Amino acid sequence: MTADEAATAPAILRVDQLEKRFGGNRAVDGATFDVARGSITGLIGPNGAGKTTCFNCIAGALRPDGGRVVFDGRDVTGLPPYRVTALGMTRTFQIPQELGAMSVLENLMLAGLDQAGERLWESWFRPWRVAKQERDLAARAHELLALVDLEHLAYELAANLSGGQRKLLELARALMPRPTMVLLDEPSAGVNPTLAVKLADHIRDVRDELGVTFLLIAHDMDVVERLCETVVVMASGRVLTEGTPAEVFANTEVQDAYLGSQYR
Amino acid sequence: MNPILEAPTLITWVGSVNWTVGFLTTVGIFAIVALALNLQWGYTGVFNFGVVAFFMVGAYTSSLLTLEPASEFEDYAFGLEWPIPVGWAAGALAAGVLALLVGLPTLRLRRDFLAIATIGVATILRSVVNSTEGLANRGAGLNGIPRFLDGLADGADYRWVMLGIVLVMLAFSYLVLQAATASPWGRVLRGIRDNEDTAMAAGKHTTVFRMQSFVLGGMMMGLAGAIFAHRQGAISPTGFSDLFGTFLVWTMLIVGGSGNNRGAVLGALAVGFFWFGTPLIQEDLPDFLGTRVFQLRELAIGALIIIFLLLRPGGLLEEQPRVSRFVPKPGRRPAVATAGHEEGGP
Ligand SMILES: Nc1ncnc2c1ncn2[C@@H]1O[C@H](COP(=O)(O)OP(=O)(O)OP(=O)(O)O)[C@@H](O)[C@H]1O
Ligand SMILES: [Mg+2]
Repeated sequence: MTADEAATAPAILRVDQLEKRFGGNRAVDGATFDVARGSITGLIGPNGAGKTTCFNCIAGALRPDGGRVVFDGRDVTGLPPYRVTALGMTRTFQIPQELGAMSVLENLMLAGLDQAGERLWESWFRPWRVAKQERDLAARAHELLALVDLEHLAYELAANLSGGQRKLLELARALMPRPTMVLLDEPSAGVNPTLAVKLADHIRDVRDELGVTFLLIAHDMDVVERLCETVVVMASGRVLTEGTPAEVFANTEVQDAYLGSQYR
Repeated sequence: MNPILEAPTLITWVGSVNWTVGFLTTVGIFAIVALALNLQWGYTGVFNFGVVAFFMVGAYTSSLLTLEPASEFEDYAFGLEWPIPVGWAAGALAAGVLALLVGLPTLRLRRDFLAIATIGVATILRSVVNSTEGLANRGAGLNGIPRFLDGLADGADYRWVMLGIVLVMLAFSYLVLQAATASPWGRVLRGIRDNEDTAMAAGKHTTVFRMQSFVLGGMMMGLAGAIFAHRQGAISPTGFSDLFGTFLVWTMLIVGGSGNNRGAVLGALAVGFFWFGTPLIQEDLPDFLGTRVFQLRELAIGALIIIFLLLRPGGLLEEQPRVSRFVPKPGRRPAVATAGHEEGGP
């Protein structure tokens, strides 16, 4: 899929008048935007704009106070996270949330959907079936670890990873259940620059080959420019504007709100 | 029957054999409870401070179903003379139902709610038994609870049969729990324990898994209680104290190694030896200690918990990084991350 096709494809995600308040603080205040199927869309905005809160409401980690979220033609507003994941949308956390007492490999294997071995009776009475599924899961996990350059740490405890490596583990975990859409919260923050470039290429490859849609929050404008066909700009809980990276960076309102003198 | 009462005979060979058999039988029952608590706390992070309640429900249920009908001097329900294994199964089931009832309103909420609820359950249960007419003979307790496989040996030799039964049931519990926890199911539990948000983002209905773990653990505690009742032959509400049935089990788990099933069994053995062994040396201690040995061992148990939590929080046998037994082992375990490897890669 090319960038042009992506821009005209029907929306896979529609966020409509989304609201989330923390006490008197309107963290998300009527945000409305669409994400085209098969696109890589950027979500940018100054610190505290409500980007992460928006993600949490879309992915079900927080229950929105108002508005609607429609994913793949289904109203998912207020669904719990595991339902949203099962419907094909996964997410990463801005602050990595790895399972420290488990190996990196099993951190990924946990994320496989519909595992027979997660049902007690199958773990007792059908171990051969569980064993087969575990082999497949492990193979898939190793593939993803190779993708994010963590293969050499497969059997390391996740707690022993560096900050950047944890970010990579987040990305791999989000891809593990073969989602149709992934929400990435600052995927390359803390990752070394060389790897960040490779990672951006990988994300594009995953989109090109599997048609996975990405919505990603980023502060690094180079990443946004290189990767995203469309950018949604948030400020104070609202969508300020949308457009191609070039259009958005040229917008004076955006420059005032966020980019400052850097792009003026 | 109680190993403490047998202590004075320990000076003879027969005495020490008898003490050891009784001791291992008791510890075997405790080990089942420690395994069950390990499932709830060690694997799932579910804080159960009412262990003795589930144990007690198992004990009373099995007793009431297998006893003869109440005589004119007694006052209890049922007395159905069911076969003992059926009583055990019913005891486990009843404890599972209790876990369900306690868990349903609390397991969805923050973790502390369940902790608070479980603390109350044991107290309520004891007072229900004590005060309800026609239920379980109130404070006088139940007597003449039948022995299992009584025909196999008579008199004092029955202790060997009882030890065999307990060891078989311990092996059964261990295998059941080991198969469950060393599987993707156990991996989800550990995921929930370490970070519930991650487990949910990974598509797991965490409340359901926590409930399964809590109920299965409760059933195991009930089973252990049922075995205990038929071994003792007589039970009463005062016998099921929080110190005996909850606190001691927690100590066993923490000392043995929370999150490790073999650790739970080892902890039961080690702490059990300390707990049931101290009265034996009472005579040899200086008077001011000897007379206070029962209070002192309670203090010592408290100290033991603190020492382990501070100095060896993983316990004697620590949790393993590999959860599922189906996960392929590394051909060559890369011990440390090689620096600069990040950019390279295959
Ligand atoms: N759990 C919470 N409780 C209270 N306030 C919160 C919570 N989460 C976020 N906020 C507030 O909501 C607002 C939006 O926060 P959010 O994390 O969504 O911003 P962001 O755009 O992701 O910022 P950043 O770029 O720094 O990650 C901020 O004012 C923040 O302080
Ligand atoms: Mg954020």
